[in-house]
Amino acid sequence: MFRTIALTLCSIAFSIGVQASDAGYPLDHMEPDIHDQASLQSGMQTYMNYCVGCHSLEYQRYKRTATDLGIPDSLMLEHLVFDPETKIGDLIENTMSEENAKNWFGAAPPDLTLHSNLKGGPDWLYTYLRTFYADSSRPLGVNNLLFENVGMPHALVELQGMQQKVCKQVPRLAANGGDMRDPLSNEFITEELCGYDLVERGYSPLELVEGTGALSSEEYDQVVFDLANFLYYMGEPARLDRTRIGWYVLLFLAFFYVFAWLLGREYHKEFHK
Amino acid sequence: MASMEQQLKGIMRWVDDRLPVTETYEKHMSKYYAPKNFNIWYIFGVLSFVVLVNQLLTGIWLTMNYVPTGEGAFKSIEYIMRDVEYGWLLRYMHSTGASAFFVVVYLHMFRGLMYGSYKKPRELIWVFGMLIYLALMAEGFFGYLLPWGNMSYWGAQVIVSLASAIPVVGDSLAVWVRGDFNMSGITLNRFFALHVVAVPIVLLVLVVLHILALHEVGSNNPDGVDIKKHLDEDGKPLDGIPFHPFYTIGHDVPAIIMFLIVFSAVMFFFPDGGGYLLEHPNYEPADSLKTPDLIAPVWYYTPYYSMLRAATFPLFGMPAKFWGLVVMAGAIAILFVLPWLDKSPVKSMRYKGLPSKLFLGVFVICFFILGYLGTVHPTPGRTIVAQICTAIYFAYFVLMPWYTSVEKTKPVPERVTM
Repeated sequence: MFRTIALTLCSIAFSIGVQASDAGYPLDHMEPDIHDQASLQSGMQTYMNYCVGCHSLEYQRYKRTATDLGIPDSLMLEHLVFDPETKIGDLIENTMSEENAKNWFGAAPPDLTLHSNLKGGPDWLYTYLRTFYADSSRPLGVNNLLFENVGMPHALVELQGMQQKVCKQVPRLAANGGDMRDPLSNEFITEELCGYDLVERGYSPLELVEGTGALSSEEYDQVVFDLANFLYYMGEPARLDRTRIGWYVLLFLAFFYVFAWLLGREYHKEFHK
Repeated sequence: MASMEQQLKGIMRWVDDRLPVTETYEKHMSKYYAPKNFNIWYIFGVLSFVVLVNQLLTGIWLTMNYVPTGEGAFKSIEYIMRDVEYGWLLRYMHSTGASAFFVVVYLHMFRGLMYGSYKKPRELIWVFGMLIYLALMAEGFFGYLLPWGNMSYWGAQVIVSLASAIPVVGDSLAVWVRGDFNMSGITLNRFFALHVVAVPIVLLVLVVLHILALHEVGSNNPDGVDIKKHLDEDGKPLDGIPFHPFYTIGHDVPAIIMFLIVFSAVMFFFPDGGGYLLEHPNYEPADSLKTPDLIAPVWYYTPYYSMLRAATFPLFGMPAKFWGLVVMAGAIAILFVLPWLDKSPVKSMRYKGLPSKLFLGVFVICFFILGYLGTVHPTPGRTIVAQICTAIYFAYFVLMPWYTSVEKTKPVPERVTM
């Protein structure tokens, strides 16, 4: 019976649905680490400098964030809170009115406190912030592979630089699913692919315009990782305590079970009299 | 010390003369004789009770910080999750508890189907049990709206709008249920009242009736034999054993701890169950202009949701939606008359014939398939599968009078087998 309950509960718990992205673009996976305080702090720094002006974190307080991230209150107020009126116990809100937001971007930028939970993890944001590209047909001059016709500007463009959609020479697909080679020279036989044809073959259709960003590609990926990691923490700050306490509870119950079972066995002898 | 014991006995006598405490305790605990041959399927009743207590206690504490208004509900949940001491634990105990409730109740019902626990003289126990199941579904439905997330909103919207499929009065009925022309804070307020006051009271009364009816006729067992047929010289059943302490300490406490281990593993490590226990779209506030990509109820309703969607064609001048409602309501209603559909001379599946076993097996498989289909987008192929499974679901009941009466049963032993 326990097997039945366990199987039933586990099948519910582990059947994590395949997450399809909005435009069918495959998500890049990242493994978040909410115990890496340096990463969370860096993520928060990026968030407060580039994101919070439009995207509030209105369900979370500065104080809680400071405590969880190991940032002293005074440092937090000095370097990460830009409104002198704000107190450490306040919620992380912003001053943009919904009306203005709608005028500027067509829709009010959503609050991002729960964004990671909404998207089923940090992968969506991690991919999204790395797939902006120049598109002169859009009002803000940029578009996004993951979120087509996005209304948001590329907020981190000064860090990443601008990407362009390009066509690439890639090896042809062989009948066996591998890359096709010339049988004489053993060199790849290539073809030019563009857009989603490249995505399907596992190549990025984007290329960075050299010299437009302040960071290298690796440094930028790290910035986005930290930011996505920070928002993953933000989705459920209790996660820090939850798993730790969970182990204690399970240990206690396992210990308790041994004695309950031994006691039960004594009573159980009566059944066979 | 002896005098203290005497004093306590005196107090007990005084109370007993005025209120039958000892008598009630003996009738329902220490002198309630339960069959010796209970197996592991017999703990889900106790576990349902454990989960009920969990839901009531965590519910009371959640209510202390929850704000039942359209403006405040979503925010107050996040307040509980972030600012209330151990609020996240209370909330996860409650949300995981809701799913656990249905897990143990479904297993408890399956036990009843398997061992014929609904058959004479236990028809009323079954009917009370079904009323509990119905109240539980209502409780879950009302509760699911309270976080005021977008899936809460649209899930409730879909279900309430079903009422409008009823001819003539449908639209007025839907407005009456919502208290508004659309889902709104008014709906949220009344669902809150129903969730925390009305339905729990009904549930508690029904649970008492369920247990009183059970203790009047005594528990069934995996062999389906009547233990009261063989009594010892004191009039106690030879194959019975006092519920307390032998079943409580001997069986139930270890089983409850084992259950809590599984429950805690889910609650502490997978509280959203990969989006099945807490659905992802519910992490954004209710928005009447933004329909989620896929509106799916929580897993415990999905078999019925599949049956609702399986009705795809109009009939007798009534729209498909109306027939979907009829099929869904019928699927639940037919469970109530089960005791009178089973014509078999034996209770337990152990002694029933092959047709009964096959029908029960296929019925359970179909229930799982319907449950799965209710969580995904319908496609023409899936709809056909759902229609076949719905037909089998009903066939299990409708054909039961026939297959239970024609099949060859095995002889039932006089005494229980261990």
